[in-house]
Amino acid sequence: MVERRAKFDCIVVGGGHNGLACAAYLARAGRSVLVLEAAARLGGAAATREFAPGFRVSAGAHLLHQMPARLIDELQLERHGLRWAAQSMPTAALAAGAAPLLMDGERLDGPATPADVAAYQDFRSQMGRFAAALHPMLDSMPPRLGTDRWSDRLSLLGIGWRIRRLGRRDMRELLRIAGMNAYDLLTEHFSSTLLQGAFGFDAVLGSNFGPRAPGTVMTLLYRMAAQHGAGERGLALPAGGLGAVSDALAAAARAAGAEIRLAALVARVTVTNDRVTGVTLQSGESIAAGAVISSADPKSSLLGLLGPEHLDTSFVRRVHHLRTRGLAAKLHLALDGLPQFGGLPAAAGNARLLIAPGLDYIERAFNHSKYGEYSRAPALELTLPTVSDASLAPAGKHVLSAIVHYAPYELRGGWEQHRDAFVSGIIDTLEQYAPGLRGLVRASELLAPPDIEREFRIRGGHWHHADLALDQFFAVRPVPGATQHRTPLPGYFLCGAGCHPGGGVMGIAGRNAARQVIALADNA
Amino acid sequence: MGERSKPDVLIVGAGHNGLVAACYLARAGLKVQVLERNPYIGGAAVSRKLYGDFTYSNCSYVCSLLRPEIMRTLELPRFGLQIIPYDGGCTMMRDGGHLALYDNHDALRREIARHSKRDAEAYDRYARDVIRQCKFIKPLLMREPPDPTSFKPRDIRELLYLGGHFQRLGEARMYDTLRFWTMSAADFLDEYFESEIVKAHMAGSAIIGTALGPRSPGTAYVLLHHYMGDIDDTVGAWGFARGGMGAVTRSLAASLQASGGTIRTSAGVERILVRNGRSVGVALADGEEISARLVLSNMDVKRTFLNTVDSKELPEDFLRQVRNFKIRGSSGKLNIALDGLPSFPAIPVGSPSTRGDMHVTDTIEMMERAYDDWKEGAWSRAPYIDMLIPSQIDPTMAPDGKHYMSVFVQYCPYQLASGPWDAAKRKAFGDTVIDTIAQHSPDFKSLILHAEVRTPFDIENEVGLTEGNIFQGELTFDQLLFNRPIPGYAQYRTPLRGLYLCGSSTHPGGGVMGAPGANAARAVLRDLRLTGT
Amino acid sequence: MNEASDVGAHFKQPLLTTPFHERERALSQVDSFVPWAGYTTVDVFTNVGQEYFAVRNACSVYDLTPMVKYRIAGPDASRYLNRLVTRDLRKLKINRVSYCVWCNDAGHIIDDGTVFRLDENEYRLCTAERQLDWFLDSAIGFDVQISEVTEQIAALALQGPTSCAVLNKLGLAGVERLKPFEFGWFDSSGMRIMVSRTGFTGDLGYELWVDPLHAVALWDALMAAGRSRGIRAIGSRALNMVRIEAGFLLPNLDFVSAESSVRLGTSRSPLELGLAWLVDFEKGHFTGRRALLEQHRQGLKRQLVGLDIAGNKPATNALLYTDRSGSKEIGSVTSAVWSPTCKRNIALAMVEAPHFALGSTLWAEVYLSRELVWERRMCRAQVVDKPFFAPERRRVTPPGDY
Repeated sequence: MVERRAKFDCIVVGGGHNGLACAAYLARAGRSVLVLEAAARLGGAAATREFAPGFRVSAGAHLLHQMPARLIDELQLERHGLRWAAQSMPTAALAAGAAPLLMDGERLDGPATPADVAAYQDFRSQMGRFAAALHPMLDSMPPRLGTDRWSDRLSLLGIGWRIRRLGRRDMRELLRIAGMNAYDLLTEHFSSTLLQGAFGFDAVLGSNFGPRAPGTVMTLLYRMAAQHGAGERGLALPAGGLGAVSDALAAAARAAGAEIRLAALVARVTVTNDRVTGVTLQSGESIAAGAVISSADPKSSLLGLLGPEHLDTSFVRRVHHLRTRGLAAKLHLALDGLPQFGGLPAAAGNARLLIAPGLDYIERAFNHSKYGEYSRAPALELTLPTVSDASLAPAGKHVLSAIVHYAPYELRGGWEQHRDAFVSGIIDTLEQYAPGLRGLVRASELLAPPDIEREFRIRGGHWHHADLALDQFFAVRPVPGATQHRTPLPGYFLCGAGCHPGGGVMGIAGRNAARQVIALADNA
Repeated sequence: MGERSKPDVLIVGAGHNGLVAACYLARAGLKVQVLERNPYIGGAAVSRKLYGDFTYSNCSYVCSLLRPEIMRTLELPRFGLQIIPYDGGCTMMRDGGHLALYDNHDALRREIARHSKRDAEAYDRYARDVIRQCKFIKPLLMREPPDPTSFKPRDIRELLYLGGHFQRLGEARMYDTLRFWTMSAADFLDEYFESEIVKAHMAGSAIIGTALGPRSPGTAYVLLHHYMGDIDDTVGAWGFARGGMGAVTRSLAASLQASGGTIRTSAGVERILVRNGRSVGVALADGEEISARLVLSNMDVKRTFLNTVDSKELPEDFLRQVRNFKIRGSSGKLNIALDGLPSFPAIPVGSPSTRGDMHVTDTIEMMERAYDDWKEGAWSRAPYIDMLIPSQIDPTMAPDGKHYMSVFVQYCPYQLASGPWDAAKRKAFGDTVIDTIAQHSPDFKSLILHAEVRTPFDIENEVGLTEGNIFQGELTFDQLLFNRPIPGYAQYRTPLRGLYLCGSSTHPGGGVMGAPGANAARAVLRDLRLTGT
Repeated sequence: MNEASDVGAHFKQPLLTTPFHERERALSQVDSFVPWAGYTTVDVFTNVGQEYFAVRNACSVYDLTPMVKYRIAGPDASRYLNRLVTRDLRKLKINRVSYCVWCNDAGHIIDDGTVFRLDENEYRLCTAERQLDWFLDSAIGFDVQISEVTEQIAALALQGPTSCAVLNKLGLAGVERLKPFEFGWFDSSGMRIMVSRTGFTGDLGYELWVDPLHAVALWDALMAAGRSRGIRAIGSRALNMVRIEAGFLLPNLDFVSAESSVRLGTSRSPLELGLAWLVDFEKGHFTGRRALLEQHRQGLKRQLVGLDIAGNKPATNALLYTDRSGSKEIGSVTSAVWSPTCKRNIALAMVEAPHFALGSTLWAEVYLSRELVWERRMCRAQVVDKPFFAPERRRVTPPGDY
């Protein structure tokens, strides 16, 4: 057992994008920082992996569209190696055996009535106004509820003011729709089922809900507000996959002086006199630090690394009840050629493709998951990264990356029993939209939620770490007692997707956690 | 009957909220006339003799939510209203087992402990949290929700009141409140209970009357809404109205008449007359016009503005919002005359359970699948039922030795995917429910003397509730408080001066509560400067 | 056909009876029973005064069976309990008992009870109310099993100056060597009895724990052995008198369990209840520690104290004021009794700062019925030390034959 005596100002547990962003900001503020990553490579779920010989793919998220442009600039990620394979990518809502609907910014092309086109533009601009008003809420640390502190009250008032500034009409509409379900809202606006389905998919992506669930408009607004921060770049594909983002973040952190250690599994955080004073690795090595910031999910951070014996019962109960079961799977296909999606114009070859032809389609896909079954006809978000970035596959070969809804963490009968049938079902679905695709498949990899749990050490395999639902959102995320990146123990902080504003490759949680650590140290 | 001089206030619809509003206005000295389309009063709170000497509470069937302050102010007991409590309740299971709910705390604990020892004690925490939330919401029920976009002192004062009310809770309880308002009943119950049967029993009230499943966010609030009658710590808050639910509206009518108000039945209002943006009276179906200073509509917001007011008189934006207001038919009802008391082998002989609400849905999944059927435009193949035999407690409901059974059914769509409702489909729906009950009661079918089957379509036609929705609008959070029924018009007032809403479409929503009627009357009196509040 | 089952017919007997019930019913002269934790228990057998003096003068038997008992066992049992309760249990030896309280996150008291260390990794926790829900949620992350064993153990409290002598007469050799808060196992005519030197009377006394199968035999043997020592069965009313004299708290009377309170601001911390001696901030983390530490730093806003009140009318539920005019309310009485032994009118009361300081004078508003003519009296009350009655014999080992 090695006792290493070096002491750091800060230890960041986990080298995912939030952990790295946190480390970079801390190091830039002059802190000595050590990042400890359990795996042999960085990035967590924002990594690029080789899933078949010569074929590489973004392991988790496969698009970058929510990371604030300001964060990319502040950390100079482009200087640290981030390049773009594609930007401002359009979205195509696919229809089986018919022309797709192509959404490219303001433009809507394809089988839509003039009324739908107009409604699309109105809806986009209204949601755009809402997103702009809400983005500061997403970008900054939420106030804490029920305190007497003026900073929290002012922060609440600020939110109220931003919403009021929308004007009476917009404000009323925002207050009405905020708690609504996407199904009702989208059928109010559009007659095209394809269009309804496309927005409906965005509303439920990464969540544990179907479009009829109240609260799904909130998740849609959330997504749009996050994208607002990304600015002009829109949907983008980093060259080399999402792993390139993590690499750039790591480079930025290192450049600022942070030390990063791989294959360093943290067994627990050390507690001395009711304060977190460092970590102990599985190897037995102990490392002291003034602050420990965990980018792991809340259950792992609080119940695993720290442990209930340092926490109060009701608090533990809350963390224990966090809904953290993932519902999305990731499918990677290595293809011998480029699949032909019917009716897709060549100019839209790099588009994000959606298979969600209608709200009822998504709702039916969701039905299965309620009973621990996988969707027979799943809703899918597809990218063909090799169209824009040939480096990801051998010459002439292609990669298809799909986010698959719904694939419940707890599958009746277990995943091993159903894995092949599920993959085959997804390929059947794809075949309906891209005839001949099955014949191109040379290799496949399915990451079901239990695989995501194992691979990326996220309990429940949920890429948001915890459901984005109204009771796990904003000022109460992840749970009261652990908001504002703090935990009940001084010296211990959270910076992962379990914090506000949640998952998606944003880096905001990491940045805000770093700011909080610094602010508290300055005030101490 | 009295002179035909111009009334001050006309109230469209003699449902319980219309009558409550009428009573308050008449007591304030206004000349009030209530107009009812049907030849009888009561709306959805009626007692009807449709077969022999049986009395059917053929729409609403228990009196749990009627605000005690209304009963007291309007002297309803003096005018004949008597609420009789019932105890018990149970869910019968498909495997022959059951879960009984007893009033006695210790008996209940041991009963739940048969299914889970942990749940038996978690029940106390559950009950505590429900009571805490009810106590939080209770003061909001009889208040007018503020308009958050307004700068009027009254609205700002109310908003501050709401904010302060919330802030005082402290972080942990604010969080609990948020959970209650936003979670699904299934997730919420998962935080307390491990046993499926316990969760299924508790989840029932989360779906009654709503077009949501137990896994839909927001259903924990519906659950709470149904508990609201439990909190007044007074005996007899929960129970049957003696003589059926019509006794509620009969006593209201008597109270109204004692204060000088009048009621005309078979007087269906065809149009609300509008002149210069102001409602000036109504036109009846036979062409008769009655003018009045003010009109209060007890009809739901859609029926009021889409059927009864000329759309030219309303802003297009408002109309669009009215059209978008969600009123969904999701419930059916069977009223059954029985030749004797059916047996339920799962329930021990002599148990009070059969004198309370009985259910047969023993898992959340079964309930959720019942909802899935509804989403596809079909009635549930294995429906959730809330079944009561009031004649065991109230001897006036059926001849001696015979019994009246009320069966509330969730889910039943207003529009079937297979085409319009007809007699054969109605019968098939009824048979589904009867077969469901018969699985738990071998002699049930042989005891049936008469069964009235009511689909949402029937309820709409008879009672006038759009889609037969019992709450006059879904109780989802986009339709509560200042959003109910329409953002900007949540204070009982409408775009037309002199026209008010007083039905369950308004805050705080449905159930035989009377709060919307009382709140609407208060808004009217304030506008007329007849009160200081 | 239709033969209904009797499974779950709890409506037939909502309250259970203890294994001693037949004996108790035979002794009950006034037929006065009250429910306690799901059981029918005796409130008064014959006469509260006589039952009271049995405790202070001779020897009393009180049926403790409804006391809720949990078995807590497993490799993490000690760590678990130490995180649950506010006291340092790491020092608790096998065959020792500890009186403890436990709190919620806010540092408000949920309940009090006694922890018996049966073995290295096995404990028994006795409480007045059920709280499996809290205990199980507190066990998240601990390797420990918790089960309620109330029905598996019958229990009697044998309390009073002659109690040790009675047990000796019963043949429990060596029972006199038990120190306060110690327990041991004894055999008597085929019965295995766990005897702990614990009680709720503040006097010399023991609690006896046996298999329910032996309950009646134990009762009969005790009554026979104690006949010459003035043994008498007592009910809850007499027990309530002696526990106030001893300064012990009763949940739902002196405090409301923080986990069942509905209103804001009604639950209390152990510091406020005058139980600071049970709170060990140095032992490591326990639920409520951080909140209690904060309260400790800020100082107490109120505290439960003993009062000595003028007159002889128990000041039950009385409101307390700073002066005779009753202009400023500063608290209320939670429990009150005329102490026949101390000849004092005593009470436990929750009093706001700074009036809870020892020696403070307060005024209690007492209502007196003079043959149904009611009078309001302002009675002078003084904050005094607890317990009101603490005889030396309660601690002496071995106890004499008092």
